[in-house]
Amino acid sequence: MTPSAEHFRALFDPRGVVVAGASTHPGKFGFVALHNILANGYGGAVHATNREGVEVLGVQTVPSLDDVPAGVADLVFVCTPAATNPDLLRSAAERGIRAAFIASAGYGEAGEEGRRAQEELVALADELDLLVVGPNGQGVVSTPSSLCAQIVAPYPPAGRIGIASQSGNFVSSFMNLASASGVGVSRAVSAGNAAQVGVADLLRFYAQDPETDVALAYVEGVQDGRAFYDALCEVTAQIPVVLVKGGATAGGRRAAASHTGSLASDDRTFDGMCRQAGAVRAATIEEAFEAAASFATQPLPPGPRVAVMTTAGGWGVVTADAVTRSALTLAPLPDDLRDALDDELPPRWSRNNPIDLAGGETKDTIPTVLGHIARHPDIDAVVLLGMGIQDNQGRMERDGPFYPEWGLERIAAFHERQDRRYVTAAADISAEVGKPVLVATELAVADPDNAAVAGVRASGRYCYPSADRAITALDHLWRYAGWRERRR
Amino acid sequence: MSRPGSSPTRTLSEADSKALLARFGVPLPEERVVGDADAAVEAAAAIGPPVVVKLCGDAIAHKTERGLVRLGLSDPEAIRAAGEELLAAATPDDGEVALLVAPMLRGTRELIAGLSHDPQFGMTVVLGVGGVLAEAVADVAVRLVPISRTDAEEMLDQLATQALLGPFRGEPAVDRAAVVDVLVGLSEAAQATPQLVSADLNPLIVVDGRPVAADALVEVSA
Repeated sequence: MTPSAEHFRALFDPRGVVVAGASTHPGKFGFVALHNILANGYGGAVHATNREGVEVLGVQTVPSLDDVPAGVADLVFVCTPAATNPDLLRSAAERGIRAAFIASAGYGEAGEEGRRAQEELVALADELDLLVVGPNGQGVVSTPSSLCAQIVAPYPPAGRIGIASQSGNFVSSFMNLASASGVGVSRAVSAGNAAQVGVADLLRFYAQDPETDVALAYVEGVQDGRAFYDALCEVTAQIPVVLVKGGATAGGRRAAASHTGSLASDDRTFDGMCRQAGAVRAATIEEAFEAAASFATQPLPPGPRVAVMTTAGGWGVVTADAVTRSALTLAPLPDDLRDALDDELPPRWSRNNPIDLAGGETKDTIPTVLGHIARHPDIDAVVLLGMGIQDNQGRMERDGPFYPEWGLERIAAFHERQDRRYVTAAADISAEVGKPVLVATELAVADPDNAAVAGVRASGRYCYPSADRAITALDHLWRYAGWRERRR
Repeated sequence: MSRPGSSPTRTLSEADSKALLARFGVPLPEERVVGDADAAVEAAAAIGPPVVVKLCGDAIAHKTERGLVRLGLSDPEAIRAAGEELLAAATPDDGEVALLVAPMLRGTRELIAGLSHDPQFGMTVVLGVGGVLAEAVADVAVRLVPISRTDAEEMLDQLATQALLGPFRGEPAVDRAAVVDVLVGLSEAAQATPQLVSADLNPLIVVDGRPVAADALVEVSA
């Protein structure tokens, strides 16, 4: 079955949800799923079934899905044993339910009998025109509907990243990174055994979904390589796709075979397929999330020429190395830009790229200089380093024994204000000129409350924990932009 | 484009392999297929020494391993002797055989290009850095058939050993457009020839910057 927009609407934006197999035991999936739906602000009707028909978490359950009125729900979240699910799906279809998320285990992952049950489940769902996600999956998240229908935490902040994964735990990993960074998620699905709906179907939906700007996927293997390639090509023509492939090495492939039963191709073939389809392939989960977060929050660079702007020397040097190792180039500093910066900075600045201010900044220097750089037509992207130093000192002063005397209250507040102002300007200028401006500082990890880090978060952008990671993310943006450009 | 990986296949002779791929623009040396050692001497004179003499037949897939390739021959007697030895080395399993006489290509750089069937993704085009260390270096780019010129250009860009593609030891830079032609030609050969299972241009010697297929082996479904 090819899922329709209507099926996906039922999955992601249902009018109501039924949790089948709700439990009173707080350790059971049937309890946790209901809890997570109720605890995260879902606005639609919530129904639940329980064999005894007892109250669970304030919801009066009914013994059977047959007792739920028709037309009140579009999605059923299934925690019941595999053997009872065929009747459940028939009843769901009769009530006008169009999508089922099946958390139940005992299917394709459970030997020959389970595989047969899974095939029958798919055949039945196809016959009923019912979208079935899973089985053996963790759940579905959809922030536009405040829906957290899953058997695990977390519920991420709202955003523009659509997640599809063959492994539920990586959905959680990506969403934890979203929660930590503030760069949020539109939809997230753990495809489980991907019996009827696979990662490719979800990516196709994300390409059409007005709530989603970038797709982020974890795959271990694909059933039909050509179909997956065709789907990727369709999607990357619309939105960027960031992929992490488990089983990229011989050791990983053996692990994947036992995890999802995937028979992986030679990794060079998979890698070439991704390059050909314009999909961004990341080596690690955090690299993948940072790439997706960058696509979701930064404009695509119009070219590869990077300017590195730093308040101190060493950072710039290391970042120049990182740029040189990537597909990006360190922009030669244009003469007219050098002249413009000479007017703003004391003579000891680097007068080259990396643009090292060498501590020569006054109150308005950073936004002014950044504006000159980002607006220059020969600069395609800016990496901004050294933000947060002022507020880090301010914090020491605030926490120290002399505060607020000796003018410390005033200066600490000034530092905080300045750092926030700088990073706010970074986002504003980036939006104005339509070029990426990436702020990188280890304070993103060391002190998330630092004014620069918090300011980047408040601006809706991602604060990179290092310049190297910023360059890796920017490299992904440029590779995708270049791929599109060459195929115009 | 489904080619079941487990079904029986057979190889074409080097001459037939080259004839098939030549139709798709794969650049080949000027070479001749002859029946005996005397004809090999004549062919060598026509081509201009030094030459390579190889035993050629449908069932002969691993010439180098079997010692069926003689390189850099100029002296007519040496050519005649090589021809006789090669013909004598043929086994009944080799079926009908002939001698292939080709110019000795001079180039320090070798690439590998080919077609390969992947169980999940079907036919693929492959480009790699060649030479004796090719397997250890494993600098390879793969794409799915069919490929565009842009895909082929990106395959070249993907090779890690970019220094090898620039001007090198007095030889000009590799003619990238000519390599792109080879890759696109291979892709077209795969599309036009449903029975094609694999193809190897190994080595694709870079002669004065231009790639020439010194050897070719095509595998088709039986």
